Amino acid sequence: MNYEIIGITVLWTFLYGYVIIASVDFGAGFYNFYAKATGKSNIITPIITRYLNPVWEVTNVFFVFFFVGIVGFYPETAYYYGTTLLIPASIALILLAIRGSYYAFNQYSKDSNIVWAFLYGSTGLLIPAALSITLVISEGGFIEEKFGGIDLNITELLFSQYAWSVVFLAIISVLYISSAFLTFYANRARAFQAVEVIRKWFLTWTIPMLAISQFVFLGLRTNNEAHFLNAQNYWYLFGLSLMFMGIAVYLIYKGRNYGMAFIMVMLQFFCAFFGYGMSKLPYILYPYVKIDSVVNEAMAFWLTVVFILGLLLLVPSLIMLMRMFLFDKDYVQGKEN
Amino acid sequence: MEDVLLGRILTGMTLAFHIIYATVGVGIPIVIMVFEFLGIKKNDYHYLTMARRIAKGYTVTVAVGVVTGTIIGLQLSLIWPDFMKLAGQIIALPLFMETFAFFFEAIFLGIYLYTWDRFKNRWHHWLLTIPVVIGSSISAVFITTVNSFMNTPAGFDLVDGVFKNVDPIMAMFNASTGVRVFHVVVTAYMTAAFFMVTVAAVNLLRAKHKEDREYHRKGLKVNMIIGVAVAALTLLAGDLSAKFLHEEQPEKLAAFEWHFETEKNADLILFGVLDEENQEVKGELRIPSALSILSGTSPSTEVTGLNDIPRDEWPPLVVHYFFDIMVVFGMFGLGVSVLYFALKLFKKEEWAHSRFMLYLYALSGPLCFAAIEAGWFTAELGRQPWIIRGYMRVSEAITQADGLGITMIMFGILYLILGYTTIQVMVNMFKNTSARDSQIEYYGKESLMEQGGRF
Repeated sequence: MNYEIIGITVLWTFLYGYVIIASVDFGAGFYNFYAKATGKSNIITPIITRYLNPVWEVTNVFFVFFFVGIVGFYPETAYYYGTTLLIPASIALILLAIRGSYYAFNQYSKDSNIVWAFLYGSTGLLIPAALSITLVISEGGFIEEKFGGIDLNITELLFSQYAWSVVFLAIISVLYISSAFLTFYANRARAFQAVEVIRKWFLTWTIPMLAISQFVFLGLRTNNEAHFLNAQNYWYLFGLSLMFMGIAVYLIYKGRNYGMAFIMVMLQFFCAFFGYGMSKLPYILYPYVKIDSVVNEAMAFWLTVVFILGLLLLVPSLIMLMRMFLFDKDYVQGKEN
Repeated sequence: MEDVLLGRILTGMTLAFHIIYATVGVGIPIVIMVFEFLGIKKNDYHYLTMARRIAKGYTVTVAVGVVTGTIIGLQLSLIWPDFMKLAGQIIALPLFMETFAFFFEAIFLGIYLYTWDRFKNRWHHWLLTIPVVIGSSISAVFITTVNSFMNTPAGFDLVDGVFKNVDPIMAMFNASTGVRVFHVVVTAYMTAAFFMVTVAAVNLLRAKHKEDREYHRKGLKVNMIIGVAVAALTLLAGDLSAKFLHEEQPEKLAAFEWHFETEKNADLILFGVLDEENQEVKGELRIPSALSILSGTSPSTEVTGLNDIPRDEWPPLVVHYFFDIMVVFGMFGLGVSVLYFALKLFKKEEWAHSRFMLYLYALSGPLCFAAIEAGWFTAELGRQPWIIRGYMRVSEAITQADGLGITMIMFGILYLILGYTTIQVMVNMFKNTSARDSQIEYYGKESLMEQGGRF
């Protein structure tokens, strides 16, 4: 296998990991605020807190890992995305900073209050919106060349139907994925009142989820038809995705096997995400950056070596983390402090 | 304003804010490690409680450190896209490794913070501090190699504006990596130790929780021990840095010292004001031949002056002030800790804890932070006008995108709010809870009677 395929596979897999784990995190923040605002906080908040406390930092590293990796494997992306995303990425960064900090302030300080919970919760929905803009731009059509360089056409972006459908897809996915996970987690914690509440949240989001996916497909057609046509070659992945979604919704509707349901949600996104990614190739940023703009041979070699060594270190550590907090019955049920 | 200047201010602002948290992030784990070790070893609940209280405050600073670190990580590409496009060919490896180290630390920090009461054998919990210390220190090492590369590039040939024949390992272990990594890591440990000295001293001075006096005295002593040891190492690191600059980056050393003429027996200049037109310094403290001795151990060492460097490659001469601040404030910590042990040695226990001395100790933490800031300003301004010394100027690397000004204002406001809230949260966290209350909360009332033997 050559380095360009290794690079993009590694990065796409990590981005997928980030989408899942961050959605749980972002959604949890929003639900936490919602529960506080509607007076259900005593049912929901302990569950969310118990899950998030030991893992929030890890979630953030997935993101850092992705953007360091993409600049590492494809330095040209730094130039194109870096130049064009100055404003949108800065906004996303500020939101991320507010969210991360106010999570900690809210969690570890005595004087936590509803304003902090609001900052932490609302940014959880705005960040995916801001970050998803990057995917929109990657389809091409929003970068204009000007004297001496390039810049982002912000007006075009603001009035793009495709951009807005991607933004809404991102937000709905967050609420959808995270409610699926929290249903599972609350059930493990034997907090059955919470399960009932969160389960309903999940079911509420299924119809919008289906609808918005269609909009995104249609938007892609007008925005980048070549990509749209190519995506049809991977129709079976999108079909599988729909099937997994069906199973997940069925299980949660029937109120059983929540663990399996969450795995189905993960598979649903896995298929859709990789279907989208594969059909996008060979472009990383249409039409400027292709995957053959990979970093020089020597660097690509060392990055791959380090990546493998790093995984050997990380995977056991992550498993240990999950066993101690996600799959430890006593911890999940709050039997120890 | 010019885009280059805006970009520099924005990057400088982000880094200046981030390094406060980053320094705490690198240094505090070692302090926690020492206290928990002493607590278990000596069966002393004071030390255990201290480790746990420090860890609690640490969590809040880690959160802000993580987010500001994420900001600077992305800002490199946002503000300096041409730099990243070029240098990405060669600095990707250490950046990538830094992320791994950070990942490793994040996982174990999560485990460490939420398993205080989980293990029957307390040593098992203590073992978790090892990956945290390794992760945080190693990530400082990797990121410093990137900065070192920018100062003393190595491991490539530049052909038609692209790096060819790249050797990522040589780039990482470039000429300045060794001294800089050493300097960065020991000063982070030092700052963390003196920060805790300040906490202990302030608590002893204010004496709000009288029952905590013994606790804070113990904390003071242990942090002084860590402090004096790493401060001595910092002194060594500073000396090595001067010798290194003399060899590899003479223009930087000359700018630090306002040294214009190449000569032997070069004087060391402390303080003073510069008349840039006439290259005259007023009101300075001049130590004859000291600069030559610092640069090469003998007074006959010839030190390159700025006049032998092309004018458009001069660093801004304002760096001298930052250099002075770094040296003086950095030495202050060493001074008070030596004084503390001297008083103890001569059995002047009451003097060592007198109000006057406590005020001095209390100053050491903030001054260390000021020294860290000044040190980074010295190092970074001293590299101007280069972004990659000898290869790419800062002005060639700035983004062409519009909107730097508004971005700078937005981030400025963000840092003000985050800084203010951090202080507020930290103060409220400990203001009304005495260490004794914490001990009861963590280990139960009976822990107050116990003299050990429990573990």
